[in-house]
Amino acid sequence: MAPPANRRSGHSRRAQYSSFFGYLAGVLGALVGIVLLILSIRNPDLFSEPRAVASAAVEPAGVASSRTREAGRDVFSVVEGYVLAGIRYDKLSRELALTRAQLAETQAIKAENRRLKRLLGITETELKPIAVTRLIASTAASSRRFATVAVGRNQGIANGMPVRSQLGLVGRVLQAGPGNSRVLLITDTQSLVPVRRARDDVAAFAQGRGDGTLVVRLISLGINPLRKGDVFVTSGAGGLYRTGIPVAVVTSLTADGARARVLSDPAATDYVIVEPISARPAPESSAAPVPAPSPEAAAP
Amino acid sequence: MILPPRIRVRGRMAGQRINRAPSPVLAVGLVWLSIALGSILSTILVITSAPLMPPLGFLTYLAWRQLRPGLLPMWAGLPLGVVDDLYSGQPFGSAVLLWSITAIVLDIVETRFPWRDFATEWLVAAAMTATYAVACLSLANLDSASTPLLTIVPQIIASILVYPLVCRLVALIDRLRLVPIMELD
Repeated sequence: MAPPANRRSGHSRRAQYSSFFGYLAGVLGALVGIVLLILSIRNPDLFSEPRAVASAAVEPAGVASSRTREAGRDVFSVVEGYVLAGIRYDKLSRELALTRAQLAETQAIKAENRRLKRLLGITETELKPIAVTRLIASTAASSRRFATVAVGRNQGIANGMPVRSQLGLVGRVLQAGPGNSRVLLITDTQSLVPVRRARDDVAAFAQGRGDGTLVVRLISLGINPLRKGDVFVTSGAGGLYRTGIPVAVVTSLTADGARARVLSDPAATDYVIVEPISARPAPESSAAPVPAPSPEAAAP
Repeated sequence: MILPPRIRVRGRMAGQRINRAPSPVLAVGLVWLSIALGSILSTILVITSAPLMPPLGFLTYLAWRQLRPGLLPMWAGLPLGVVDDLYSGQPFGSAVLLWSITAIVLDIVETRFPWRDFATEWLVAAAMTATYAVACLSLANLDSASTPLLTIVPQIIASILVYPLVCRLVALIDRLRLVPIMELD
């Protein structure tokens, strides 16, 4: 491509000045950027209101896009269904027989649990979900993992509320705007979820890695008791999340813990449920952005 | 520099090119609008649990700067970066800073290599996109994140591969924005 002729300033004083001021404006823009960066790193909540307004402006597009994604998934699953129908039917009917037996067992355990709790005098507090909503946007191009949900302060959402799907924990509300809220996904590197192994009480912390997986760090060091396929649920330590929400499944072991895959992939989530903050202990840590990883706070 | 658009207009507008001029609002507005739309699109198109989406706003900005040098003023990174920062999830100000620097660097590249073909431009854009992604990651990590560098490698590859497509789209918008629709008196 030939260079455009009008970019040479030549001897024209006016052209030289306009070229100079152009560069000056560019440098000034960069300086403004640095100032904004320092401000936003010092005070992360400073720009949350403009962001909420900006998200509200594109909310209809976000909802439409979310509906399209859903429909697209349906189309794919229909095609996939035709191809894999036979194999899947066979597999499912075998699994169903197994699950029926397990379901009966679970119901028995539940009944026993209720009876024992009544015996101990623990009152069961049912946590009613605050809102059921869609994920309308995510920061797909940034290394930070945020998502936007279509409910906000007007619907009773407050900062710190856990967000989950049917499959497991998705994240928690970071900044509740008037009509939408920014959610910190559990795969973000800033997110730290106190977890325990589902079948026993091996306590750990699950930290995001930013790429869809989690690092599970055991609290008590020693021989690594984890196995591939172990499921981790929230332990409820710190009072931010209630106990027993599924979080992740172990995919490979490391020296002091494991790498785990998130059970509730936000990419495959249609609807999410916003739950109230669990009223269990340590209310002061729920105000902090990250619960402090102290062993005594996380002990079950 | 306004080139006669070679787009073919059908229907009522067909053949009506004489005594008409492009709308100045469209000619300038479409450029800014397309970049802002790029920033917004990369957040609402997919929900991902890893940074996989190319930074469409930045790529569009880059494509406009390479296709029509001098069309966007040097300070365009400031307002467009603010829009990108509102949606991108990066610490606020990172796009303002990086897009402004991009404008200056591209200008230097352009005066250094006045004769370019698309392969050169793609190479320059690839280098700038990779640098941009790494810089974004560093700025996010400066602000209390700790994402490893390997996480953004798929995104960089996707961005480089999608860039020619973005250029085609920008070229299409470039022809659209100069369709003569305003009747001259």
